Amino acid sequence: MANIDVNGTSVEVDEEGYLVDRSVWNEEIGSHMATIDDCELTDSHWEVIKFLREYYDEYQIAPAVRVLTKAIGKKLGKDKGNSKYLYELFPYGPAKQACKYAGLPKPTGCV
Amino acid sequence: MADYEIPELKDIPVIPSIKEGAMAHSAPFVSRAPFQEKLGYPDELVDNWQEVAIEKLGDMTKKYRSLKVFLDSCVKCGACTDKCHYFLGTTDPKNMPVARQDLLRKVYRRYFTLAGKFFPKLVGATDLTKEVLDDWYSYYHQCSQCRRCSVFCPYGIDTAEISMAAREILDTVGVGQKYCNEIIGKVYEIGNNLGLPGPALKATLEDLEEDVEDDTGVAVKYPLDVQGADVLVVTPSADFFAEPHIDGLIGYGKVLHQAGISWTLSSHASEAGNFGMFLGSYDNMKRVAWRIREAALDLGVKRIVVGECGHAWRVAYQFWNTIAGPFDFLDPNYPVPQHIIEVTHDLIQRGALNLDPSANDDKRVTFHDSCNVARATRMGNTPGGQFVLPREVIKASVNHYFDMAPETIHDSTFCCGGGGGLLTDDLMELRVKGAMPRMQALNEVVKENDVNYLAAICAICKSQFTKTLPYYNFPMDMIGSVHGLVSEAIQLGTKE
Repeated sequence: MANIDVNGTSVEVDEEGYLVDRSVWNEEIGSHMATIDDCELTDSHWEVIKFLREYYDEYQIAPAVRVLTKAIGKKLGKDKGNSKYLYELFPYGPAKQACKYAGLPKPTGCV
Repeated sequence: MADYEIPELKDIPVIPSIKEGAMAHSAPFVSRAPFQEKLGYPDELVDNWQEVAIEKLGDMTKKYRSLKVFLDSCVKCGACTDKCHYFLGTTDPKNMPVARQDLLRKVYRRYFTLAGKFFPKLVGATDLTKEVLDDWYSYYHQCSQCRRCSVFCPYGIDTAEISMAAREILDTVGVGQKYCNEIIGKVYEIGNNLGLPGPALKATLEDLEEDVEDDTGVAVKYPLDVQGADVLVVTPSADFFAEPHIDGLIGYGKVLHQAGISWTLSSHASEAGNFGMFLGSYDNMKRVAWRIREAALDLGVKRIVVGECGHAWRVAYQFWNTIAGPFDFLDPNYPVPQHIIEVTHDLIQRGALNLDPSANDDKRVTFHDSCNVARATRMGNTPGGQFVLPREVIKASVNHYFDMAPETIHDSTFCCGGGGGLLTDDLMELRVKGAMPRMQALNEVVKENDVNYLAAICAICKSQFTKTLPYYNFPMDMIGSVHGLVSEAIQLGTKE
């Protein structure tokens, strides 16, 4: 366990940098976590992050990559509804990296 | 891309010079209180850990005769030294299987053999110190329990069993591995490794049905919790979530649809994988496997079929009957348990599927034998069926198939580099380096035969290759499910 400093507020994260208390999340924390990974969040990133958070609120889990690509395709056009586009945004893997900035737990298992 | 050196692929495989301590820094995150408790292990290193560890080792060598034989019988012939993918990829001599075994063997000798008790230095016996314990944690998490070394050992010493025993001792003294233990806890609480709750699973499957119907015009069902279905399919939860795993699940559904088999998935047993085996913990392995028995009984099914998951098939094939049996309530006319490859293969033999291999003419395919399937199980009724059946299913689905070099397939297959509970981001260096021997063999068929597709029947292999292929300049989407190929080739609406 560790703490990161987000504009003067101390936020607890686990060994892998995921938020420990999901309820404290805000966009500032998400942006700050991305900065730590040398990633700057654009509107395209936020579209994905927002979808993840909505899905999580309903199902208590991040969506399957397939569900995510379909939803993004519907919202932003078919050319963006593929995993290649998502990997360009989140090179460490859309599920894991986007979940981190969205303040959600990391998907586990053989994924 | 990485702050360590990616091994270079050579024109021919080369056994590297050793570099002592090259991977001494590698260790996965240690498990914490909430994860440890669910599995029945202490939260942190217990005060009298030496005593507890030695007692546990003594218990295990009494209980498991094989472990004692393996610890007693090594003659240091050296046949195993260049057989481990982690040694070949990392060059660390402690990743030679004999050296890995010796980490436990030297402590066993000190406390449980006459010579080791009185003349430890003469027989390479040492006290169990904190340094030794740390070495165990590091190097027993650099073994994917793939058992390639045991194929070449003249005594048949199984390093995997030693590595499992060491991990069980580590857990017993309170030093567990976060990745595995968190996951097993999720199986107990939610039902699968992923932590996918029932309603989310239902929504995912409904979504899949929509996609398949849009794509093919045929209403293929992906049923969940159907009472009285003939077949219960248990599959790794990665099949519900990740790419390219989900293409395999789509394929299972299409095959069962065309064959007119009544089947169901279960939200209670929504995981075929069993990480209890990776810990060497029969108690946890049994608890995980028991859920599948319960689901089969609750749903009243006649058969259980296991999806594309390497270690799940080992647990099912080798352990289910002992830890979750007897399965005398299932139909004895079918194998108990049965692999999805066996189901599809049998249907192809009987002409029950219409496959058009030209649907995969853009692919030039090779097959990666997954370690647990290759070296711990069988498929069909003949020796080596676990090598033949998957290849026959692939060849019925594609026109261009090429095997990798013979010393790297079948029972000599190299591990993907992420098996045995090591498929975690905190071990990425190990995973990338451990993938090297497989990548070397793949590179040869890419060069010689223009292979562009690597098929596998294990969720771990699929995720591991998705991550590691790019380090060796191959595209990440080169890896796919065997039933993903079947899914492309099957002509729905022509047989049903």
